[in-house]
Amino acid sequence: MLANIHFFTFASPPRFYALAGKLVPWFWAAAALLAGAGLWIGFFEAPTDATQGDAYRIIFIHVPAAWMSMLLYMVMAFWAAIGWAFNARLASMVARAIAPTGAMFTFAALWSGALWGKPTWGTWWVWDARLTSELILLFLYLGYMALVNAIDDTRRADQAGALLAVIGSVNVPIIYFSVKWWNTLHQGATISASAAPKMVASMLMAMLLMTLACWAYAFAVVFTRTRAVVAERERDAKWLNEGVA
Amino acid sequence: MTAPVFSAVLGRDLRLAARRRVDALLPLAFFAVAVSLFPLGVGPEPNTLRQIAPGVLWVCALLAAMLSVTQLYAGDQVDGSLEQMMLAGGAGTLAALPVAIAKAVSHWLLTGLPLVLIAPLFGVMFDLSGRSIGALCASLVLGTPILSLLGGLGAALTLGVRNGGVLLILLIVPLCIPALIFGSGAVSAVESSASARGHFSLLGALFIATGLLAPIATAAALRIATE
Amino acid sequence: MTDAAVIMAATGLACRRGERVLFRGLDLDVRPGQIVWVRGANGRGKTSLLRLLAGLARPEAGRIERDAQRERVYIGHSNALKDDLTVAESLRFLTRLHGFDTSAEALDAALRRFGLHSRRAAPVRTLSQGQRRRVALARLCTAPAAALWLLDEPFDALDTEGVDALNTVLSEHAARGGSTLLTSHVPLTLTSLAPITLQLNEAVAA
Repeated sequence: MLANIHFFTFASPPRFYALAGKLVPWFWAAAALLAGAGLWIGFFEAPTDATQGDAYRIIFIHVPAAWMSMLLYMVMAFWAAIGWAFNARLASMVARAIAPTGAMFTFAALWSGALWGKPTWGTWWVWDARLTSELILLFLYLGYMALVNAIDDTRRADQAGALLAVIGSVNVPIIYFSVKWWNTLHQGATISASAAPKMVASMLMAMLLMTLACWAYAFAVVFTRTRAVVAERERDAKWLNEGVA
Repeated sequence: MTAPVFSAVLGRDLRLAARRRVDALLPLAFFAVAVSLFPLGVGPEPNTLRQIAPGVLWVCALLAAMLSVTQLYAGDQVDGSLEQMMLAGGAGTLAALPVAIAKAVSHWLLTGLPLVLIAPLFGVMFDLSGRSIGALCASLVLGTPILSLLGGLGAALTLGVRNGGVLLILLIVPLCIPALIFGSGAVSAVESSASARGHFSLLGALFIATGLLAPIATAAALRIATE
Repeated sequence: MTDAAVIMAATGLACRRGERVLFRGLDLDVRPGQIVWVRGANGRGKTSLLRLLAGLARPEAGRIERDAQRERVYIGHSNALKDDLTVAESLRFLTRLHGFDTSAEALDAALRRFGLHSRRAAPVRTLSQGQRRRVALARLCTAPAAALWLLDEPFDALDTEGVDALNTVLSEHAARGGSTLLTSHVPLTLTSLAPITLQLNEAVAA
């Protein structure tokens, strides 16, 4: 019960604006430190793989990016749905702020997948289940951003976006399953990008650090973007004009 | 009181389509033109064409369905008919449910069903075997309703939005990918003498799930768009 | 029927359009036999109020209570007609859609009321604006007797005959115990029953 009260207190845009403003620098610092540590271990300390050589090290970017891309879509859909169901403006603003970051991670997963593919299998792109699903996920993100952008009435845009995001999140497992099915049935698709090397402790540590770094980065960017959305939407409100930092 | 709404809207839409027969044929013309582009682009070699046929026919059917769905609600919103249809459905969030179902059914009868009927002709042009053509029609019978349902959802979401047509395609085509995979996969399987039972089961399941859920989502989207 | 039989009551109604709140704190009640004329400057929320009362939109704040037994007939600013259907087909569709009386006699009578019987087989495309408005209004005659009518600019584009027809229909409706809420920028010429005025300008502005 107490937790609820605290939660809803920060659901007000002015309070969130102030709190986020204070937290963002810490998130940036954490992201930088974690990424530094993760990349160091991943690129320098982890052993060279027997079959793939040093080229495999791109997975320390590829895998966390792919996880984040899928997770952020669910988080975005969750907050959008909350905003729709409870008419909570801030939740809708957060959902909108998450979308570009989620799309960016999807894009990062795609090009890091390509960088992995080239030295390992000789092609820049391969239509395996995961990369193809990532591509479709990118379309889902772009679709959400295009829809909320195209509707001028912000409330209608938020609601339509929430509905679309919920439909998308229901479809993501179906799409992933169908793409896997498609991939295993067609002859010639013997390459799988999920053929990661055997994981040694240092590799796992690097993955974990990079994932946490991505989380911290995501918080930093999403909070900053949300503050911008809040500032734009509430631009006529008194609390903003009286210079709340 | 939902029965009058569904049959009234469906009857009216079919009657209107009968008065504008040329308009109703446009998606089919698009399908024919689009399908014919592939041999021109890829080359007339029969083995290649036979191999790409299931995918080409399915993708063109998908695009033809999507192109004709953009105007599903637009006309009615502009002249105030949509308001009346939603009012007639009662109060509450599901007021638009009979309208959503009626519109999806009318779209299927006017676009999906004709596609099923002319697909064999193009199957022959791509030198598909008789059994493959049968599988093609069966997959389209299950698949085109899915496309109509999802298309209707997209039309409701993008109602009145500028560039709504292109936006609709961007939104809905990713959601149609599972149907595309199972549908064209079924035809490919039959063409290579493998069993298509798995494909058809999945397509059937998708059909049922979409049939149950898409109209509800469409009704919610209509409500959002007209409030 | 006592004075206390209120057909529809709204309390504390607030309406928002996009980012603007058009009005708030609006109270109104509608009793049998009343005609309520909603007035206000452009953009004050007349259409929005009617849509709220019809159930097409949810109010930003406040409640609407209504007698659920009574039908609501909402005729908006647009006519809800398709160019390719005939007058008779259009009336039949709109009547059937709402579950009103679709018998041939009722439809015929409705068309005659509004002077459309001679043009019943004409496509809507060939009608003038005033004639189209009459087609849209014709279904009032097929609605259940004691319904609540919500009419947005019903007199729009009507000529004197059309205005007379509508006035007669409104008076008969009120005499039977039905109620009407309407907007009109043209002054009402109803002689039999003085309408009650509801000024949206006076409702507490945002």
